[in-house]
Amino acid sequence: MGSRIEILNEAGFRSDGRRQYELRDLTIDLSRHGEADGSALISHGLTQVLVSVHGPREAKMRSHTFHDRANINVEVVVASFSTGERRKRMRGDKRVLEFASTIKSTFEPVVKTSLYPRSQIDIYVQVLQQDGSTLQACINATTLALINAGIPMNDFVCAVTGGVHSTSPMLDLSTLEENDIPHVTVAVMPKTKKVVLVTMETRLHVERFEEILNLARDAGKILHQEMKEAVLSRASSLVAMGEPITKGQKADDDVIMD
Amino acid sequence: MISFISFPAQADDAYRKTRHYKEQAGDAYMDFDDEYEGQQSTKLTCPGETLTSAQDFMRGHGTYVDNEEVIASVAGTVERVNRLVTVRPVNSRYNPEVGDLVVGRIAEVQPRRWKVDANSRQDAVLMLSSVNLPGGVQRRKLESDELQMRTFFEEGDLLVAEVQAFFADGAMSLHTRSLKYGKLRNGQLVVVPPSLVRRLKSHFLTLPCNVDIILGLNGYLWVSKHIKASEQEGEQGFDAEAVYSNQNDDIDASTRAAISQVANIIKILASHSIPLSDTLLLDAYDWTMEQEGSDVKRLLQEDYGDALVAAVAPNM
Repeated sequence: MGSRIEILNEAGFRSDGRRQYELRDLTIDLSRHGEADGSALISHGLTQVLVSVHGPREAKMRSHTFHDRANINVEVVVASFSTGERRKRMRGDKRVLEFASTIKSTFEPVVKTSLYPRSQIDIYVQVLQQDGSTLQACINATTLALINAGIPMNDFVCAVTGGVHSTSPMLDLSTLEENDIPHVTVAVMPKTKKVVLVTMETRLHVERFEEILNLARDAGKILHQEMKEAVLSRASSLVAMGEPITKGQKADDDVIMD
Repeated sequence: MISFISFPAQADDAYRKTRHYKEQAGDAYMDFDDEYEGQQSTKLTCPGETLTSAQDFMRGHGTYVDNEEVIASVAGTVERVNRLVTVRPVNSRYNPEVGDLVVGRIAEVQPRRWKVDANSRQDAVLMLSSVNLPGGVQRRKLESDELQMRTFFEEGDLLVAEVQAFFADGAMSLHTRSLKYGKLRNGQLVVVPPSLVRRLKSHFLTLPCNVDIILGLNGYLWVSKHIKASEQEGEQGFDAEAVYSNQNDDIDASTRAAISQVANIIKILASHSIPLSDTLLLDAYDWTMEQEGSDVKRLLQEDYGDALVAAVAPNM
């Protein structure tokens, strides 16, 4: 083995000290970014993604308007400093385009686009740091940004990347693990437990697949709780702000009518 | 001599431990008992949460029905009117209603109509037939009027208008058939989240510092030089020919400073998510005037802005 890194040691720990099914630290920031209608900054460990949602708004191009539903437009930008070695990805990069179309097809059945005919919803995804499971972070951040923008959705979409090292499955892979072992990204809607996305770029043994899929669905539920908590706390702070200043106490210039 | 002290015991911090999650209890329906109607406790919900059964309740905005259950589709507060359950999102784009006052910007000139960007889900439409002719002439719009539409409104012009009606696809139709409405000049536009502008008795405010504010319900605010009472619409000094003028009046330095001061105050209040009202804006303006070395630019410093918010909206 020599220089190769042990993915899972005999004590059952992974290279970054996590257990097999342990997820990385999750931080969620739902504060407003610039002109966006809704935005979310999420980090799973060292993977960090910022998503801004604009819309629903008038579609820029006539060809992008549908008379019965809104068009979802996803643009992904991968920061050149996001990976270990600096690398500039162009806007037309095939991999980035595929990434964007994966996100688009994940959200098209979940967002209630039929409520906004002839409009467009723009989703701008910026990958700031990559340490494995980038698609997972992008999907989770997009969910939060859409909810933050007040766009109606059927449910949350929670994504988790799972992999398998020889016979032991593991969740939320880091770059080291992702480079080494077969992995699959699963996105679920926690309420109905429906799976909206399963994607993999590596080959995975068919007998391991079901186990990973089930694990990822369970992990999705855990992420859902965290995301829900973040959304509700943001909502409650905004609602508290919006209450009239003189609530409960009478203002001085109130006139009591007898 | 160096002595070693063993490290103190780690504080019992929830984040150092692995957290285990309990199975969530099954979806319970929300409590819609009539007894609780009096106390307006705000119930928050988020997408995918079951609110109630679809057999007893009707679904309103922000909800959908699946499997005989009413489920929320946006994050916000649950509201109920009799049997109708709605969820009002905490933050969303402007949702127009007939009679709303909006400020918009001309996006496009089309045959017999203008497209207006009004921060809504689609561009609003302003028909040529729903604007006033210069000078207040009352007549049908002719082909000659259609040919000179750009002399009324050009791309990029700002205007204040009222929502007149909706088209079948939900786009709103505006009108400016009142002397209060029309092209905007002598001021500056401030954009805030639409949820911060509440419906008020009047959306035309005048501050004593020679500044007028138009609170568009779509979150576009127009801060401009005060128009003297004698020159307001319907008065002697009102210049009916100037309604479509592209030329600003002379604005003296103190008015310019006051306009930017008010614009900055609005931006600060908006960045703290505080709903705007006339009294709040007045209080805030008075507070900034009381401060020593009051300077327009100083308002944009974070600590000064926080102090302003603490002074005018202490319970925020």
